[in-house]
Amino acid sequence: MARTRNFYLIPYVAWIVLFVAAPIILVAYYSFFDVEGQFTLDNYAKFFTPIYLRMTLGSFWYAFLITAFSLLVAYPTALILTRLKHKQLWLLLIILPSWINLLLKAYAFIGLFGKYGLVNAVFEMVGIGGRQLLFNDFSFVFVSVYIFIPFMILPIYNALEELNPALIDASRDLGASAWTTFRRVIFPLTLDGVKAGCQAVFIPSLSLFMITRLIAGNRVITLGTAIEQHFLVTQDWGMGATIAVFLIIAMALIMFATGIGKRGALRG
Amino acid sequence: MRSVDRRWRWSNLYLTAVFVILYAPIAYLIVYSFNSGGTMQGFEGFTLEWYGEVLQDTRLLIIVLNTVVIALLSALVSTILGTIGALAIYEVKRRSRKNALLALNNVLIVSPDVIIGASFLILFTIIGIQLGFVSVLLSHIAFSVPIVVLMVLPKLQEMRTSMLDAARDLGANAWQVLTRVVVPYMKPGIFAGFFMALTYSLDDFAVTFFVTGNGFSTLSVEIYSRARQGISLSINALSTLLFLFTVALVIGYYFINRRNARLAESGERR
Repeated sequence: MARTRNFYLIPYVAWIVLFVAAPIILVAYYSFFDVEGQFTLDNYAKFFTPIYLRMTLGSFWYAFLITAFSLLVAYPTALILTRLKHKQLWLLLIILPSWINLLLKAYAFIGLFGKYGLVNAVFEMVGIGGRQLLFNDFSFVFVSVYIFIPFMILPIYNALEELNPALIDASRDLGASAWTTFRRVIFPLTLDGVKAGCQAVFIPSLSLFMITRLIAGNRVITLGTAIEQHFLVTQDWGMGATIAVFLIIAMALIMFATGIGKRGALRG
Repeated sequence: MRSVDRRWRWSNLYLTAVFVILYAPIAYLIVYSFNSGGTMQGFEGFTLEWYGEVLQDTRLLIIVLNTVVIALLSALVSTILGTIGALAIYEVKRRSRKNALLALNNVLIVSPDVIIGASFLILFTIIGIQLGFVSVLLSHIAFSVPIVVLMVLPKLQEMRTSMLDAARDLGANAWQVLTRVVVPYMKPGIFAGFFMALTYSLDDFAVTFFVTGNGFSTLSVEIYSRARQGISLSINALSTLLFLFTVALVIGYYFINRRNARLAESGERR
């Protein structure tokens, strides 16, 4: 066994160095420079002013809402799906919309939620009356939940599929009600799937900028919107990088809290 | 049995509602792509005008071509790189080192797109790569590599090492072991990885948006800039075409998966 040197490592580690390590280091490095290229700590000082702190908190609050609503809709859906006859096919149909370009779906909502769109027409008919649906917090959260639901359903569905049905039978035989069985047996045993789903939804929803731009009309500013703004509009890369540093830290903390997912399954 | 019946009815209703909401926007887009009225409100009459507009829009067709070329090239290169990466991780024997490599591998999968986009923008600017085709291609390769690794690695781990020993005992050299034994074993993973890389690339908006510069555009970026200007039914026509394409891809993927599953089964029986 003389030739056990691992030559495969050379290109692979080169990829890691160039596209994983270097970018993170560069973001951290840039966060110490101002627009003129002078070394400064001002960006960090600025991040701790009320404007940025409020934005950060707001971004977390939106991400929390989006994750919570996604979970609320996704768990029952996954549960029902596992009890269907052709469940693989139904699951495929749930995932199918997630393969359609996110921007097209956001664009569809511009029409659906528009002043004379379908939803307002229905509202008129039912007698609620038309209202402003676009360009507010509601539309942002709704469209985001819509986009993320498949990513929440998938890991929960997988966890439910791995659950041993004998455990549910045992719980029922021992006299537990359906609700108790769910609360004490099913839910705790599928917690990994729930965590994976929350992770897959929470982190991307901190950084959604295209939806805020298209649907929320700049009313909602997330960390992602701020980063995009600084990098591509105001060209203040230093401040953008500083916000990115905090987003990376937040991401690492979330990963740590929920435990690193077994598989990245799908990405938004 | 009445209560069970009722519960069934409720769960069916719930599922129907979820499906209606999931598909409503897509159906809405498709229906209005045939509207002669020119807006997404009030259907006036049937027309194929918008499809004609899409097909005559040379700029758009060039962008579609760009998108496809980027997707195929990046999927190809990242599949090769990712397969090499999976082999690299497989060959590392020390547990801690293996886990470290895997953790680094997954960084780009869990990173928000904005971070990837912004950091790549800095990287390309520093290295001096002009923003455009090359920078977009390189970023798509970069963010597709880890998913290929994750698709191929489990196949390698399923492989019995006795197979490798047998091949070596029978006189195969390292290259023959790789091409005759290891690669056939990895094949389903490689195909799945290629497919995932393809969809990642076709689907990506945020990263491309950061590193694309002025002259070059992919379909997602183009849709974004058009959607920001408001409603134009040629976007609807385009999305209908894309939807059909996606459905075709999904069906293709479904059959590849089924074939792989069947092959795996028959392989086990033998």
